[in-house]
Amino acid sequence: MLGLSRNDFLMLLLVLFLVAAAPILLNPFPEGSSLAQFNAGYPDLMQRFLIFGIFAVGFNILFGLTGYLSFGHAAFLGAGSYAGVWMLKLLTINVIPAILMSTIVAGVFSLLIGYISLRRSGIYFSILTLAFAQMSFALASSVLQPITGGETGLQTNLNDPRILDGANTSGNIPAPSLFGFEMRESIQVPMGDWLWTFNVGYYVCAFVLLIAFYIAIRIFRSPFGMMLKAVKSNNERLSYTGINPRPYTLAAFVISGMYAGLAGGLMVAMDPLAGSERMQWTASGEVVLMTILGGVGTVLGPVIGAGIIKYFENIFSKINDNMLQSWFAFMPDGLESFMVAVVHPFVGKGWHLSLGLMFMLAIIFLPGGLIGGIDSVYRRIFKKRAQ
Amino acid sequence: MAVALEVKGVNKRFGGLQALNDVNLLVDEGRIHAIIGPNGAGKSTLLNTFIGRLKPDSGSVMFDGKNLIGKLPHQINQIGVSRVFQTPEIFADLSVIENVMIPALAHRDGIFELNAWKPMRKETNIRQKAIDVLEDLGMEDKLEMTASSMSRGDKRRLEMAMGLVQEPKLLLLDEPTAGMSRADTNNTIEVLKHIGDSRGLTMIIIEHDMHVVFSLAQKISVLAQGTVIVEDAPENIKGNPKVQEAYLGGAH
Amino acid sequence: MELSAILLQVLNGLDKGSAYALIALGLTLIFGTLGVVNFAHGALFMIGAFCAVTTQRLLSISTITIDETKTDFLGKPLQIKTPIVESWFGESVGQALIDWSVPLAILLTIPVMLIIGFVMERGLIKHFYKRPHSDQILVTFGLAIVLQELIKAYFGANQIPAPAPSVFIGSFDFGALIGMDAGKLLYPYWRIVYFCFALLIIGLVFAFLQFTTFGMVVRAGMADRETVGLLGIDIDKRFTIMFGIAAAVAGLAGVMYTPINSPSYTFGTDFLVISFVVVVVGGMGSLGGAVLAGFVLGILESFASMRQVIEFIPGINQVVIYLVAIVILLVRPRGLLGRKGVMES
Repeated sequence: MLGLSRNDFLMLLLVLFLVAAAPILLNPFPEGSSLAQFNAGYPDLMQRFLIFGIFAVGFNILFGLTGYLSFGHAAFLGAGSYAGVWMLKLLTINVIPAILMSTIVAGVFSLLIGYISLRRSGIYFSILTLAFAQMSFALASSVLQPITGGETGLQTNLNDPRILDGANTSGNIPAPSLFGFEMRESIQVPMGDWLWTFNVGYYVCAFVLLIAFYIAIRIFRSPFGMMLKAVKSNNERLSYTGINPRPYTLAAFVISGMYAGLAGGLMVAMDPLAGSERMQWTASGEVVLMTILGGVGTVLGPVIGAGIIKYFENIFSKINDNMLQSWFAFMPDGLESFMVAVVHPFVGKGWHLSLGLMFMLAIIFLPGGLIGGIDSVYRRIFKKRAQ
Repeated sequence: MAVALEVKGVNKRFGGLQALNDVNLLVDEGRIHAIIGPNGAGKSTLLNTFIGRLKPDSGSVMFDGKNLIGKLPHQINQIGVSRVFQTPEIFADLSVIENVMIPALAHRDGIFELNAWKPMRKETNIRQKAIDVLEDLGMEDKLEMTASSMSRGDKRRLEMAMGLVQEPKLLLLDEPTAGMSRADTNNTIEVLKHIGDSRGLTMIIIEHDMHVVFSLAQKISVLAQGTVIVEDAPENIKGNPKVQEAYLGGAH
Repeated sequence: MELSAILLQVLNGLDKGSAYALIALGLTLIFGTLGVVNFAHGALFMIGAFCAVTTQRLLSISTITIDETKTDFLGKPLQIKTPIVESWFGESVGQALIDWSVPLAILLTIPVMLIIGFVMERGLIKHFYKRPHSDQILVTFGLAIVLQELIKAYFGANQIPAPAPSVFIGSFDFGALIGMDAGKLLYPYWRIVYFCFALLIIGLVFAFLQFTTFGMVVRAGMADRETVGLLGIDIDKRFTIMFGIAAAVAGLAGVMYTPINSPSYTFGTDFLVISFVVVVVGGMGSLGGAVLAGFVLGILESFASMRQVIEFIPGINQVVIYLVAIVILLVRPRGLLGRKGVMES
């Protein structure tokens, strides 16, 4: 089906279902209940799940398949964001040209950086990408201010030309839209105690994610994908086999750069603002975390990893001491305050600590990430049954 | 008889060691040519200069009218020279069948092909080719095994399958049967013989096992201290005093 | 350009260069001995810096007495804080101790960092020797996040000042020393101290490796770990100690840097990225290269920040180090003093 094997097609269907039903699935707790704060089914967060999912899926094409660890992919996301905002400013508030241009600009940018960085491998490659990304970040926040808006960032204005849109008579800055449907528009459906929000922007992201995910599956299962796995496994042998590994890795680098640009384009399509901090190396580190946590080299892993990290960032970070106290209220007083004190550093503003620990545990005990872990558990059970 | 490979005046020095000293070699087309010699004679070094792993200080290696010296490994392979490595250089994380399909794809698609859309499982021709070669080598029951989990002997056979599937014009074999059982060795000899006869493939084989050498070779060059001391038909090599001296002299 | 302006930039580059050199030295020790790429090294620098903050707080622990006869500006009875060290050693000695808390913090830093180093190596790094370099980078990257967040959880996110002893406040007039007009070439006293301190540490590390049996074995192990292992020498134990020393060097670099820049939990991150660049420029695995590249890049960065240079090439001050790294990696991948083929895959 669609050129996919049965299993891959089922996986695509699963992702389609999860993504389409996410506004319902991610709101399991009734409105107004004490657990409602753990609901993730609001548009802003769900959009981020998908956008970072795209970013991580693309990153995995490079890191997961070829083993080349880039610490500079945030630069492509940032470059894509800037390109996207400029399209919204100059051409039209319709998001399609912005998203396309983001992808193209990031592709060109990654071709340039990839061409140079891939002259080296291993740690040297990682440091080259890191150096390029830090340079881009430094320049974007200072000298390139006319293009990037410097430290305040780049955003749409009322008096932008928008040459395709005609005169703006409303007196408001127009919101990014798709043929008249504004990204921020939502339909709210109350259902008993629950409230479901179906947002235009979210479904635009969902559509793009599905396509990006589908393309990634095709790449993984293609001869090209197998050559990339061979690069990771034994780069030198590949060249004695009649293959020039460099164009393969460069192609993987550019494809993953375009995915990053696509994610950047979607970001500005949802919220037309681009800042230089998106290019910082810690942002590149974040996508590495997502990929590893979910399962490097697996098709689905990065999407899961992106979801988990973004959920942590937005939900875990909201837990405060009052909430902790109410959870541990059933305990005797001394124990209660002890538990609050123990848990406190890991939640709220300390969510990064939990993230770091989770990440370390994943690398130490689950080199295949969550998907790899689930897979091996599944296999163990399956094998036992076969015996 | 046509010449397949012509090696002229190849020199290679590592610091104070003259590893290859004015090596000259003529390999006839469609023949199996063995290079023997004591340890450290420079056999593997010589092969390394053929495949672009090492650049000699001087000399030329002509194949098919092209000088292989200065060409990159993947270019040399695409000209039609494949090498079976002594220590298995396989794609350890991939399955056996994938290990063989990769060189098969390289043979069909060249040094680079952005073949990112067609699913691997629709490459039925390539897959069949790989299976055929693996069957010849008696590995048809191990197709989906991960390469790294195989025995050493199986890795050697996999190496050979990776070379053979490319249908090279010249196959370089570096101790292809080392680490194999006697039965596997004999099977390998049969396979190589069969391929040599049926495809008219030129082969250069480095080997310590004289049983293998004399079963296969139609011509033998003896290398000692970086230089070819004798080049002759197998029947004339056995009693040659120079050869005996080289081996015994090397053993002192 | 005037001579004084050039000298000033060289001097300005020295203190950052010293920090780069010390961190890169530790990174190289770890890499050279253990073959491990330690992304948590910046965090070790940061922890060193917080040893200074901790020392300052420990020395300032006070007893509070209430003087009923006086009132503060809110009209409440006046609280008098007396640091315990003052009541122990008398007022003048106590105040001097508090004043000198940064240099005194060295005494705390060394054991703390050695312990952290040992625990880190035995508990975590040891299990990653055989894993790919990318796994080492990732797990130490994760550890760096954890260490940073622990510090943030305890000390908060803001910068905490840890001033130099008051004797060192003010600047030394180099210009006057070499016969220029007074005030043209001022250089803060503490930066001179930091530079000398860095030279001392570097000297000690080199002397240690050069002149002790321990160092000799470690150097041999750096060249060929397996052979040294075959000689029946317990090289692993020595490498553990080496890791502790590298951590201590990073910590010392951090503790003495606090008066130059007040530490926060992200203190190490900025230095980490640049220190890796320094290691690469100097040559992976080359101790001398790391030190040389540290100072060279520190000074280069300082020159690139000059007004004349920025007017000529805008933004160069932000990117000069990375540019140098990129050029070096492409033209001479082994770095300034590195051996060929180290870590090429």
